[in-house]
This record gives sequence, structure tokens and C-alpha cells, in this order.
Amino acid sequence: MAYLELNNIHKTYGQGDNATEVLSNINLSIEEGEFVAIVGFTGSGKTTLVNLINGLLEPTKGEVLYKGVPVQGTSHERGVIFQNYSLLPWLTVGQNVFMAVKEAFPKKSKKELNEIVSAYVEMVSLTPAINKRPKELSGGMRQRVAVARALAMKPEMIIMDEPLGALDALTRGNLQDEILNIWGKDKRTALLITNDVDEGIYMADRIIPLRPGPNATLGPEFKIDIERPRDKTEMNDNANFKETRNAIIEYLMDIGDERKSQAKEEFVLPELSPKDFVNQFK
Amino acid sequence: MKQSITLGKVTKFMGLGFLSTFKDLFTGKLGKEDYISFLRKVFVPLASILLFIGLWHMGAKSLYNTEAEFKIEKALTDQGPEAAEALRACIASGESSCQPNTLPSPAQVWGSYKSLLRDHNIISADKAAFAEKTAALNEKRIAAGKEAITYTGRPSFVDQIFRSLKTVFAGFLLALLIAVPLGIFIGLSPTLKSAFNWFIQIFKPVSPVVWYLLVFMIVKTLLIDSNEDSSFTISFISVGLCSMWATLVNTAMGVSSVDKDYINVAKVLKLGPFQKIFKVVLPSSLPLIFTGLKITLSVAWMVLIAIELLAQSPGLGLFVWEEFQNGANDSNAKIIVAMFVIGIIGFLLDRLMLTIQNAVSFDKTDAI
Repeated sequence: MAYLELNNIHKTYGQGDNATEVLSNINLSIEEGEFVAIVGFTGSGKTTLVNLINGLLEPTKGEVLYKGVPVQGTSHERGVIFQNYSLLPWLTVGQNVFMAVKEAFPKKSKKELNEIVSAYVEMVSLTPAINKRPKELSGGMRQRVAVARALAMKPEMIIMDEPLGALDALTRGNLQDEILNIWGKDKRTALLITNDVDEGIYMADRIIPLRPGPNATLGPEFKIDIERPRDKTEMNDNANFKETRNAIIEYLMDIGDERKSQAKEEFVLPELSPKDFVNQFK
Repeated sequence: MKQSITLGKVTKFMGLGFLSTFKDLFTGKLGKEDYISFLRKVFVPLASILLFIGLWHMGAKSLYNTEAEFKIEKALTDQGPEAAEALRACIASGESSCQPNTLPSPAQVWGSYKSLLRDHNIISADKAAFAEKTAALNEKRIAAGKEAITYTGRPSFVDQIFRSLKTVFAGFLLALLIAVPLGIFIGLSPTLKSAFNWFIQIFKPVSPVVWYLLVFMIVKTLLIDSNEDSSFTISFISVGLCSMWATLVNTAMGVSSVDKDYINVAKVLKLGPFQKIFKVVLPSSLPLIFTGLKITLSVAWMVLIAIELLAQSPGLGLFVWEEFQNGANDSNAKIIVAMFVIGIIGFLLDRLMLTIQNAVSFDKTDAI
């Protein structure tokens, strides 16, 4: 039995004639301790997929099994790092993390909770900013708070929805290493959603492309057999890396071309010309 | 990093940013742009105030002349040329009994303002003397379990201002206590929203006068056994009911339109319903709630005058009405003084709310 299993998932938004099937026939299984990356174009239904796994959405058809049990609603066992940080702007860094920790460990004393908060804020090296509000922080710092908030709840599985999408390349690299570090320490199961193939290859054990929606579905998986800890500069010369990278990019490009050629046929503009307003009133 | 509090920050925080230009002027750190900004922020408003007073003065003068001519003309046709000549002389001499009754000039208003202050000083002195005189007697009365004797003389203009403020704050508090909780419930529950929607839509546009009459009908019966003067109760309840709608609508809107990201956070953290409301929904709708409260306070101050007038509840509204009925030669000037006082206090109340709003809520534009 896999740790997380998605069986024939379909997700449709809207009803009747307006219904759009965003995801169709998604099958995925993740083993315990594995780091899986899903790569896809923007707008291909990645966030919908994440929300199905973390329990914010329910599939229209099919089932999501977490440790063999169908997912019903959210759970503290599955920590989520959102795409847009989603920090509460009226709380300080410490308070944002504290709120999560308090919910995850309702039985602990305030002192113990505070210790957990400072430990995780320290881990993302934001101790000097613990009393600042999100608006006083840079994008990278905000995302680190979101990481600390998700991890401080000690989830068994970390779900990351394009966590580094809005960051610059340098901050991105640093945070990738930080996340890998944390993941490496206690080998939690991790699912990363990203639009960056290199990021996927650098971080994950397996990469699965998502064919773009509507009717998005998962493509063939690519195994990354590069030993950890991985080194970015060395990786660039690794034959295996180049091969995998090219294969994935080629696959995604093919999908893109397919989509373009379809688009050409689909949109036929109707014969319309602007109304003649000048002569209308004569 | 410690943040220091400077005059500039405080004034900007209170929405009185223009005051900081004065500080710059006196500390002498001025560049060319500062001069331009000083001109714009200080000189231009001052010039427009002077222009306003000038136009007012000329307008008042022309109205005065029209009224005077009309009076003289009337005397001429009714009583003959001698009476007309006597009236002309009387008006020119400035005697108060024959002055034309029209829009007072700025100078007259300023004079009335000073006379109102003098009046206040006299009444205050009178009150103090009364308190001194009755102090010993009151002590005895209280010791004997009787009520103390209180000053029952005419209230001064300043007393009226404070009574009006008391009524407005009581009404505002009532509006806050009704509208905010109700708004939260309506915003949270679509069922309650459809239950209350007709109620809000129908009662929101009802005029202050009608609210007063409605409250009067109810409170009069409820307090039928009491000998107390119910005018204050009636007026503050009417003010509250008139002004609470903006807060009600804004609170409901703020609560029902919380950013989906924050709701997702609440779901992922598995916050309980109570926690969700107090930790996520309310803080996120605070800016809108405060916008509503700000409107409520200014509406409360605006309708207060009309309601005090109807309810015969002491305050600026009653002051205006009594002066109008009084018809003394400086009554019109006193009404204009009251108008300016009402306007300035309204402005200050607005700034007060802005200050509180800035202190308690986060800036929506900075939120991500």
C-alpha cells in the first residue's frame, strides 16, 4: 500500500453546460519518505491537484487515499506551503507561526509552544525579524515564514504548491537547499508542485509532468538517479541530469506544440464588422 | 531596530499631515520643493479662507442693503416720508432694534462668538458660586439621605456642545453594539443575510425625523411610569438607529468577503469556528468595519442636530432652534457660530476615528 494514492481522480468545476473538467483520470502513488515533483505549465490545474490532496477540495470522481484512508477535509498530518505565502498580515512572524503550532499541539503549555516557534523561526534564520509583520519582510523572508509555519506543525507529509515561484533566482536556490535540508533530516514525504524543471530535478526523486488542462492528466514519470546531497554546479555536468532534463523539456514542449496546433483549429472567429454608428441616425 | 516617534509621524498618523510643514518651516531645513509644498499646503488654504470670508462679507452686505431698502420703502408707503427718514437714520446709527434681519456678516458672527464665550464665563462663575453656596447644605442633605441640590440655570453654549457630544457618543455606542455583532452574523450566514436583507434595504433610507418619531412612540410608552426626562434617551436611541446602517452593511460585507487565502489558512490549520472568527475573519474585515464606523459617526453628528431639535433634548440642535425662535438681533449670528462649531467638531470626530483606525488595523494595500 502506497503512502498517498490518487485513484482515477476527476475534478470538474461548474455545473451542466458550464462544467469544465480541469483534471481527468489522475493516478498517482507516493511512497513514504519519497520526494515527488509535479511539473506543469501555469494554468494546468496544479493548484487544484494540490488542494485535492490537502483536503481543501473534494474530487468529483475517484478517491484520494492517505495511508489507505480516504481524505476528508484538511489534516495536521499534511502540512501545506501555499503559492502566495498566505501569511496573516495583522500578525507578526512569531504570531503567525505560533497560531499554527497552537492548533497542532493543543495540549502543550505556552512555554513549550513558544520554544517550538523560536526553534522553527531560527531554522529559517528569521529570528531577528520575529516581531515584524509580513509587510515589513521581503518576498523571500515571507516564504520562509510560510515554510516555518508549515514545518512547525511537524506534519508527516509536506505539500508545496509552487512555493518558490515568486522569488528571485538567488533566494530560490537558498530556499531549495533549506527545504532539502529539513526534508533530509527526518525524511518526511514531500510533494512539490513547480513550473521549473531544474528545480524539480534538483530536489525530487521522481518527476511527473502534468499535461495541461482542461482535462489535465499526469504524463509518464521520470526517475532522477542522482545521489544526494546534490550539488548544483556538478549536476550541470552530470550526463544523467542532462539526459533527464532534455527528456522532460522535450516532453513538455511536445505538449505545448500539441496545444498550439489544437488551438489553431478551435478558434474560428465569426464574421463581424463594427456597426455603422455614423449613418445609423440619418 | 527601534522606531522613534516624531511629530511628523504623529500628525500624519492622525491625518493632519499639513501640520508637519510648519515644523519644517521653523526647523529651517527647507529645499526648493519644501517651499512649493509649504505654499501649497499652507498659503493656498489660507488664501481660500480669506477669499471665502471676503465673499461672505460682500454677500452679507448686499443682502443687508436689499433688506434695509425694502424696510424703508415699506415705511414710506405705510407711514409716510417722515417715518421712512427716521428709519433710515435709525438703521444708519446701528441701533439694534431697527436692524434688518438677514445673513450676518463675518464680523457680527465673530462678535457673537465672543459674546457666547463671555456668556459661558458668566454662567460658569454663577455655577461655581452656586456650588459653593450649597456645598454645606448638600452635605447635610446627602447625610440625611436626600438628593443634593443641583444647578438648574440656563446652560451655556459650551455646555450645549458637551451635551451634544454626550448624545452623539451614546448613540454611536448603541450603533456599534447593534451593528457590529449583527453585521458579523449576517456576513457569516447567507441564511441570515437573506432574512435581514429586506429589513436593511427598507430601513436604511428612512429619514432621521421618522426615526425620531418611531423611537418616541416606543420609548414614551416604555417609560410611562418614570418621571425622568426621556428626551435624552429618545434622542440618543434615534441617533444610533439612524446612523448604524453604514456600519451594519460594511461589517457584513467585510466579513463575507474575507480573502480566500486566509480562509484556506484557517482550514489547513484546522481552526475552530470561534478561533476562525476572532483570529482570521474579524482582523481581516477590520478596515471595512472601521470605514463603516467612520461613516456612522459622521452621520450621527449630522442627524443629531435635527433630532435634538425635535426631541427638545439639550444640545447644539436645540440651541440653533431656540435662537431661531428667539429672533433677537444677534440670533442669526449665533446660528452661524453654531454652524461652524458643528462643522469643526464633525471634522475633529472624523480625524479621531481615522486615528483609531490607523492604530488598530493593518493596511490593506500592504497585505499579501
